[in-house]
Amino acid sequence: MVNENIRLDHKMILGLVDPRSTVLDLGCGNGELLYILIKEKNIRGQGIEIDEQAIYKCVAKGLNVFHGDIDTGLAEYRDKSFDYVILNQSLQQVQHVDKVLIDALRAGKKVIVGIPNFAYYVSRLQVFFRGRVPVTPSLPYGWYETPNLHFLSISDFISYCRLKRIKIEKSIYLNERRDIVFLPNLFAQTGIFLISSIIKDPGKNDYTGTFDKSAIDTWREMIYFFTRDYSDLVIDEVVGENWAQGEKFFA
Amino acid sequence: MERDERKNSVGIVQTQYFTFDSLKLESEESFGPVVIAYETYGELNKDKSNAILVLHALSGDAHAAGIHEGGNNPGWWDALIGPGKAFDINKYFVICSNILGGCKGSTGPSSINPKTGKPFALDFPVIGIGDIVSAQKQLIDSLGIEKLLAVAGGSMGGMQVLSWLVKYPERIRSVIPIATAIKHSPQQIAFNEVGRQAIMADAHWNAGNYYGGSLPAKGLAVARMIGHITYMSDSSMAEKFGRQKKDSSQQFKFTADFEVEGYLRYRGDNFVKRFDANSYLYITKAMDNFDASEGRPFQDVLEGAKVKALVIAFKSDWLYPAYQAKEIAKAFKLSGIEATYCEIDSTYGHDAFLLEVEEETHLIAHFLKKVFYGYEVTGNYGK
Repeated sequence: MVNENIRLDHKMILGLVDPRSTVLDLGCGNGELLYILIKEKNIRGQGIEIDEQAIYKCVAKGLNVFHGDIDTGLAEYRDKSFDYVILNQSLQQVQHVDKVLIDALRAGKKVIVGIPNFAYYVSRLQVFFRGRVPVTPSLPYGWYETPNLHFLSISDFISYCRLKRIKIEKSIYLNERRDIVFLPNLFAQTGIFLISSIIKDPGKNDYTGTFDKSAIDTWREMIYFFTRDYSDLVIDEVVGENWAQGEKFFA
Repeated sequence: MERDERKNSVGIVQTQYFTFDSLKLESEESFGPVVIAYETYGELNKDKSNAILVLHALSGDAHAAGIHEGGNNPGWWDALIGPGKAFDINKYFVICSNILGGCKGSTGPSSINPKTGKPFALDFPVIGIGDIVSAQKQLIDSLGIEKLLAVAGGSMGGMQVLSWLVKYPERIRSVIPIATAIKHSPQQIAFNEVGRQAIMADAHWNAGNYYGGSLPAKGLAVARMIGHITYMSDSSMAEKFGRQKKDSSQQFKFTADFEVEGYLRYRGDNFVKRFDANSYLYITKAMDNFDASEGRPFQDVLEGAKVKALVIAFKSDWLYPAYQAKEIAKAFKLSGIEATYCEIDSTYGHDAFLLEVEEETHLIAHFLKKVFYGYEVTGNYGK
């Protein structure tokens, strides 16, 4: 029986993991998720965590945990060492997202990724109306103290998977209390994805990658064209060289 | 602080001696009879499932905890062994074995050679860490212990732990190697070599035949001084000594002006009183020759070992840098051994394994609980 006190994202991940499987939790923190997975699903678990105090909490729970960073700790594992590799709320904190994800997909048969959605409507409103970097329950840090190195939305992650030919087997979208079905990139705070191996052999019949790339390039060029022209004109003619004055002027 | 510790002390303990006829050395040579000094703390339970073997470092001995009758020197790991401590003697039976080749009650180069009636000196056979461990295994056999709950130790003690794991994996349920390495790096060998050279350069050393005459005290003291430098860290030295000068009036040039000089001299001179120079040579050589991986990838050597592991390193330890412990942990990982690795943020350098009591206690106590009670996970939700 699943305990009611379990965090919603943990509960959802619990639902994605098969009983008695093997799990590597990258950035396992205090080990809560691993602990629940062992209790509820009888998995064999291993964590990797950078924070020393969190290690002590994991050890107190009886977990196996390695003190180290995700970027270097993953490469050592043999191919398909685990049924699942979990990156819950930690992918945005690694240095080399690409490398870690590819390594995770190599070391695990499946990968579960949980990300905070930067495009949550509250974030958007905060940026738009307050003109400030958003602080939300899933992104609770000020700009000066955030451990997050990368900011992405649910749509960003989906398009990334498409670009890298990573198969999304399941996706779950959540706010603090429940799952979100309608416009998740707008209304969900968190996205959880069950992904599996890169679709191998991108043969001649598969144009998705090139098509996406050219489409993005076109948009980029258009945006560049417009922004460049306007900004040059405005700064040169109206503001001149005095930036301080210019700021006041525009405020 | 020492007074407080006494409260949870093991109390009065006595060194015991185990003698056996013959030991087959790794060099294929047979050697014997052999005496091994050891101490035990706590009670062995009925099914003999609560025994932990604790192994000491280069200059340690069997006296790991408590005090000796009439003495007031607590054992070298007294902070970790006792009632309610990391190695809780209310639950576990702790054995600390002295090493073969040592000079603290076990057979070593300073022991009497039964064939000649004189000390062995350099007639003592070359020994490896594996031989030290073979002798310990005989001791464990004699105590009737089929399976050790854990084998634990720091520095050279950690090397013995790894050797136990490689030689007798079926005899142990868990390992706790601390601040140690699969094999010595050139830097570690180099420091040991300088120590050995200091001893051998002492005229009193006399190719090892100094027993009954003047000891190679200066050489051994210098070796110990070098050792002490490598056991500390830049910051722990700065904190302990600064550039503080000793206040003694100068009588001649090159006295110990600085506190740190005085400390090293004191440590060196003191060591000479309690340690045998030939033992120092034999043991450091055993450490340098040790390679738990036997020249193969360590994970291949470990294949099939069914143990749990707790690997501990210390951030400021530059004699046994954390990367070496990480290599151990990595091999465990690859060989499928359930392992936890923690690098404790300490400024004490290599000495940290004797000093970082709180962190080690937390890690070791929880780890042993898991191994002893045989379940994976403890505690409650939301903690």
